Amino acid sequence: MSILDSKIPSGPIAEKWTKHKNEINLVNPANKRNIDIIVVGTGLAGASAAATLAELGYNVKTFCFQDSPRRAHSIAAQGGINASKNYQGDGDSDYRLFYDTVKGGDYRSREANVYRLAEVSSNIIDQCVAQGVPFAREYGGLLDNRSFGGVLVSRTFYAKGQTGQQLLLGAYSAMNRQINRGKIQAFNRHEMMDIVKVDGKARGIIARNLVTGEIERHSAHAVVLASGGYGNVFFLSTNAMGSNVTAAWRAHKKGAFFANPCFTQIHPTCIPVSGDLQAKLTLMSESLRNDGRIWVPKHKKDAEAIRAGKLKPTEIKEEDRDYYLERRYPAFGNLVPRDVASRAAKERCDAGYGVNKTGQAVYLDFASAIERYGKEKAFSSGHKNPSQEEIIKLGKEVVESKYGNLFDMYQKITDQNPYETPMMIFPAVHYTMGGLWVDYNLMTTIPGCYAAGEANFSDHGANRLGASALMQGLADGYFVLPYTIGDYLSSDIQTGPISTETKEFEQAEKEVRDSLDRLMNIKGDKPVDYFHRKLGLIMWNKCGMSRNEKELKEAIEEIAQLREEFYSNVRIPGKATVKNAELEKASRVADFLELGELFAKDALERNESCGGHFREEYQTEDGEALRDDENYRYVSAWEYKGQPKDAVLHKEQLIFENIELKTRSYK
Amino acid sequence: MKLKLNIWRQEDANAKGQFENYDLDGIDGDMSFLEMLDVLNNNLIEQGVEPVEFDHDCREGICGMCSLQINGEPHGPDRRVTTCQLHMRKFKDGDTITIEPFRAKAFPVVKDLVVDRSAFDRIQHAGGYISVNTSGNTQDANSIPIEKENADMAFNAATCIGCGACVAACKNASAMLFTSAKVSQYALLPQGEVEATERVLNMVEQMDKEGFGNCTNTGACEIECPKGISLENIARLNREYLSASFKG
Repeated sequence: MSILDSKIPSGPIAEKWTKHKNEINLVNPANKRNIDIIVVGTGLAGASAAATLAELGYNVKTFCFQDSPRRAHSIAAQGGINASKNYQGDGDSDYRLFYDTVKGGDYRSREANVYRLAEVSSNIIDQCVAQGVPFAREYGGLLDNRSFGGVLVSRTFYAKGQTGQQLLLGAYSAMNRQINRGKIQAFNRHEMMDIVKVDGKARGIIARNLVTGEIERHSAHAVVLASGGYGNVFFLSTNAMGSNVTAAWRAHKKGAFFANPCFTQIHPTCIPVSGDLQAKLTLMSESLRNDGRIWVPKHKKDAEAIRAGKLKPTEIKEEDRDYYLERRYPAFGNLVPRDVASRAAKERCDAGYGVNKTGQAVYLDFASAIERYGKEKAFSSGHKNPSQEEIIKLGKEVVESKYGNLFDMYQKITDQNPYETPMMIFPAVHYTMGGLWVDYNLMTTIPGCYAAGEANFSDHGANRLGASALMQGLADGYFVLPYTIGDYLSSDIQTGPISTETKEFEQAEKEVRDSLDRLMNIKGDKPVDYFHRKLGLIMWNKCGMSRNEKELKEAIEEIAQLREEFYSNVRIPGKATVKNAELEKASRVADFLELGELFAKDALERNESCGGHFREEYQTEDGEALRDDENYRYVSAWEYKGQPKDAVLHKEQLIFENIELKTRSYK
Repeated sequence: MKLKLNIWRQEDANAKGQFENYDLDGIDGDMSFLEMLDVLNNNLIEQGVEPVEFDHDCREGICGMCSLQINGEPHGPDRRVTTCQLHMRKFKDGDTITIEPFRAKAFPVVKDLVVDRSAFDRIQHAGGYISVNTSGNTQDANSIPIEKENADMAFNAATCIGCGACVAACKNASAMLFTSAKVSQYALLPQGEVEATERVLNMVEQMDKEGFGNCTNTGACEIECPKGISLENIARLNREYLSASFKG
């Protein structure tokens, strides 16, 4: 029997959040001044939560490992943020955004949370515009929208290809306002090393000052973890190099259940791997799929000639190209959701049609968009009979105005001009839908410990649609946590300041020191990256875009072995008492080596294919994912019991009252 | 390719630093500059030597964390890129590459190539925001139309990544380009107008307090800026400052 209480309010879905807000307890403004909150991570979720909580009157301490909150990885999000504004009049509504998100997540997210997300989405846009976020506008001065994968309406607001940057800088500026008022104390270049529990409640953290190496104790009445996802368990991913699972994982080890760790999004449009020593993959915004057409050669001999450098893609005739997404999914074409697009690319490459040296790439082609836009532009500016040359010139200008910075970035990395030759792309690990289990209030199974944004599991299900992560980060931070945390803290108004001079803090600090000493004293032969790369390969090969029972079992064994090897042979030069990037990495990789095993265990347990989790044993005859709603319509929430292999599974059954579960079809 | 690296090593803010030479082999043109440093560090660790510390995070040119003065230029020889987006194909086999931290009084060295750029944050704390509550009870986003041209200019200013290349490129170590980008973004939007006077005065005052030098219009900042932030922003800052000084 499950011990998970999701605390979903009763009543019709569209009224749950309002009802809940009306019923939960509030904290009087005078009492808020006596309450401290710690926010770990200052990306979209953390920065917006910190700013809002400080504005409400709480004393907030923020922690981030970068030198400034402005560098959090939310900054790299390119495409946009969804909101059900229906400015385009194309039939959008809260319900449709809710429906698309639940369907896109392959019915493995929680209805009530997703509805709330759709409900507050419009407010997010209003809020950001009021903060001076420069969204793209039309010539009439109103906001512009575009569409994204998996959706049939135009509801995505954007700022060129730098939407994440602008939204993060907006939240950061809101934080700055509170820092200036003295309501936020920002601890930058600090890493959370553990969570401290007193009488079962989260009451603080142990942090390491990354410049001085000092171990610090910080207390609070509640702790918010907004520390992002764990895609770096794959080593190569689109995540920032420093993104890590430590905050969530250490909380997991202290009692927070970890939900759906196997749900990882593989993003279809990344720049392919170019060499063995590569450290990072770069995403090309999914918005490119609005205008780019994806194809590989229809004939194997052409693909082989391209790989050998004997043929250029532009030399392949239209009829010899296989626009496989348009062929397989006529209704959505190039705009199918990410998991579908990713698997289709893998399928073509595995079948021998890949187009780069390694055979692990497909084309994303803008030639027809350039021509279409060029004709439009010529026509609307009075050239009724333009030459082909003029059309191409005008078309390139339009494409540049829409995607210029992305094209530049592609050219810098690959040394190829995407206006002249199609881009090469391949799927890569991007976003993790799993994370700490939270209830409707975003509280984990540790009382007083909350998780927001990518660090929690609740809104995306097995797959994440484009432009929904930014939406969730800001919704959690600006509009959900500030209400729900008050309900919890209302019983804390008599508590007074929390001392850090207690046995609980002492014990937690000692454990942190011991684990760092243990790492420093191994004095083996191999750098941390050696182990991280090995882990990444196991994860990609056996827990990646497709999984099967045999390989998952192997992965579990191999990761456990690698962990042993790590603890006997890692070498960390230098001292723990100064800035030491290797020690920072080692500590994070130690956690990935545990999480990776739980990830594989979770994937093995889920005998179905769904969203980003594709089990080869469960597919239809034509290779589509085969979900099993009868047996797997639940959230798997793992309880820590020592080694990852001993983790205990709890199930939260998902109840769908408003959306009928259907097989996702994009045909 | 084979390279000779001449790298600044400094244990901490108070230690005396010096250049060290390292030979490196097996570098491929498709590698990024930071991947080249990863290879160096991997070798150093295997030899039991402390790796070279440098700042980096997103490695896709947007977080602004990476820095490095490469052969005398912030973010190296290529234009409009950060160090993480600089690729080794810009160098030749046998090249000697000198790598230093950004040099400016307001950016003290933390370790090796890592500098402390928190002065930029403090300039932002002084007024780099619009004083609106985050309650969501704001007016509909389309209720204030903004001319596309202004919205685009505000966006262009807002794309500053705060990496500090402008300071490192400037002979006076001035932070004018950075500060002007922030001031411009808000000056160009109706939402930012109400507190424009206070904003520009406070931000400039804080900028001076941090120990950045004056702007003498040499324009090196614009040339080295990875995001192409324009000198027009400095002109706009000067206009805003002047008019604010009269009002203030």
